[in-house]
Amino acid sequence: MMTRLGYLLLAAWFVLLASLPFHAENYIVRIGIVIAMYSTLAYSWNVIGGFAGYPSFSTAAFFGIGAYIGGVAQHNGMPMGLAWALATLGVGFFAFSLGAILLRLRGHYFAIGSIVVVEVCRLLISSWRDVTGGGSGLNIPILKWQPDEVLAFFLWVMLVLFAVGFIINLLVDRTPLGFGLRCIRQNEEAAAMVGVNTSQYKLAGYVLSALLCGTAGAANASWVGYIDPSESFSIIMTLKVPVMVMLGGAGTLLGPALGAGGFVMLEEIFWSSYLNWNRALLGGVIVLLIFFLPGGLLKFSLKKVFARVTGFATSGAGR
Amino acid sequence: MDVAQILLNGIVLGAIYASLAVGFSLVWGVLNVINMLHGSFIVLGGYLAFFGWHFYGVHPLLLLPAIAATLFVFGYTIQYIFINKVVTAPVLTTLTLTFGLDMILYNLIVVYFSPTPRRVTLDLGTFEFFDVILPGDRLVGMVLAGLLTGLLLLVMKASKIGRAIVAVRMDRTAAELMGIRVNHIYAITFGIGALMAGSAGTVFAMVFPISVNLSGILLGKAFVVCVIGGLGSVSGALVGGLALGLIESFSGVFLGAEHALTVGFVLMLFLLLVKPTGLVGTKGYE
Repeated sequence: MMTRLGYLLLAAWFVLLASLPFHAENYIVRIGIVIAMYSTLAYSWNVIGGFAGYPSFSTAAFFGIGAYIGGVAQHNGMPMGLAWALATLGVGFFAFSLGAILLRLRGHYFAIGSIVVVEVCRLLISSWRDVTGGGSGLNIPILKWQPDEVLAFFLWVMLVLFAVGFIINLLVDRTPLGFGLRCIRQNEEAAAMVGVNTSQYKLAGYVLSALLCGTAGAANASWVGYIDPSESFSIIMTLKVPVMVMLGGAGTLLGPALGAGGFVMLEEIFWSSYLNWNRALLGGVIVLLIFFLPGGLLKFSLKKVFARVTGFATSGAGR
Repeated sequence: MDVAQILLNGIVLGAIYASLAVGFSLVWGVLNVINMLHGSFIVLGGYLAFFGWHFYGVHPLLLLPAIAATLFVFGYTIQYIFINKVVTAPVLTTLTLTFGLDMILYNLIVVYFSPTPRRVTLDLGTFEFFDVILPGDRLVGMVLAGLLTGLLLLVMKASKIGRAIVAVRMDRTAAELMGIRVNHIYAITFGIGALMAGSAGTVFAMVFPISVNLSGILLGKAFVVCVIGGLGSVSGALVGGLALGLIESFSGVFLGAEHALTVGFVLMLFLLLVKPTGLVGTKGYE
């Protein structure tokens, strides 16, 4: 019953976002695009971070490589749609080769390895000036339509990605892949013992967590019309996406959409009202989330939050 | 450039890197927490040194004990109030928490200290022997960084607190049964981590310009040093720091300065895969 209501709400949310160009001003449509994009990234991360519980922080690497594959292809005259497809495949291949190496690590080492990949990508792209334009960035041909049409177009593109991301999550959830990934989250050794091919499952999950990040990166690059290394491979983004998923509820089907939507709107409010303090406010949200809502908004219950607040205040150190 | 000169530059850099990373390594090794605050702690130490020197004319070396004490209390409090409550949670939780705390601290530093690069410029002259040049501030920085790291090594080996920290790292439960107050030790360890970061930041500000924007890069250096050298031990940070300093110094000359950082990171990824315990690390501490 609860889940059916949740799906209905998700569908309503999706329709609301899709209809934005017809009734909202351009500023709101822009926020809609950002929400749809982060929802895509959040659903992607959910496969490896939520289902399999692997602390992957390589989202920004996938996003940035997608942006650069798509951007460089378009810069050299490839049609937009083809460039996006190329970016998706390229990022998938990148994740496949990287995952084969990186997924041998566990816990902290995996987390560090995946963060460092973002940094290495940024440095390599910056120094590969002939192709990528280096630190001064790369211009990408923009769509020569009316501004309203461009916004509506990219909103719908991102929403399609959002929908595909949701469907991937749904399929993972209902197939043996999701079962295997959940086993890995609970206990990787035991999962291997009962016959789950952990390396294959993890690799499949990792690649699935990358594909749409690549597409979204390329689409975002086409929308913005300009890419540079520090924006494309941002450490903040790579940490923001997991936080969004945790805000909604990791490993659930509705959590990523809820978390991404909530986080982006919160960020927008902070940006517009407390420009100097927005970073601290977001940090505060993260800290509160960890302590008082560890299961995410989906598991929200006033009673539990209250108990945690009083528990936090009265207990000294340690639980 | 002369090989001796490159070697010397590498050692100076390495000593500073070791002091930057040793606190991070200790926290990671003992608490099993990746402390994303570390870079901002370093910057905070550097800024405190700069402002003390710039506005009140206090020599950074005199200010160092005060900065160290402040950072220790600060770190102890953060650990006691926040991190201790989730210290046994999975890495995603603790890492995200320290990242959230870092966003707050970073913002505070930007608002109160402004993000302008600062540097304490002490005119100490230069030393030169056989064509090898060593600026005085770098020499002081190197010696100081070495002293700090050595002091920590001494504390860990010879003091009661140090032995308790090592005991908790080896076996939390057994240490608890022996009457060690684990939460207290955790907070002290985190405090020492912050103290070392702040002191290293002071040293850093005497040699290089420091700015808030550096906090991410400094954190990255600490990662690399830890993984290269091995986690949780002072000697690991020393070996890792010197290795990174030499690598950056040599690859900077032979491959170009812009690739020096990449080489360090790539080497770290390679070591993660073939020898995750680091060059001198011991298995079982991670």
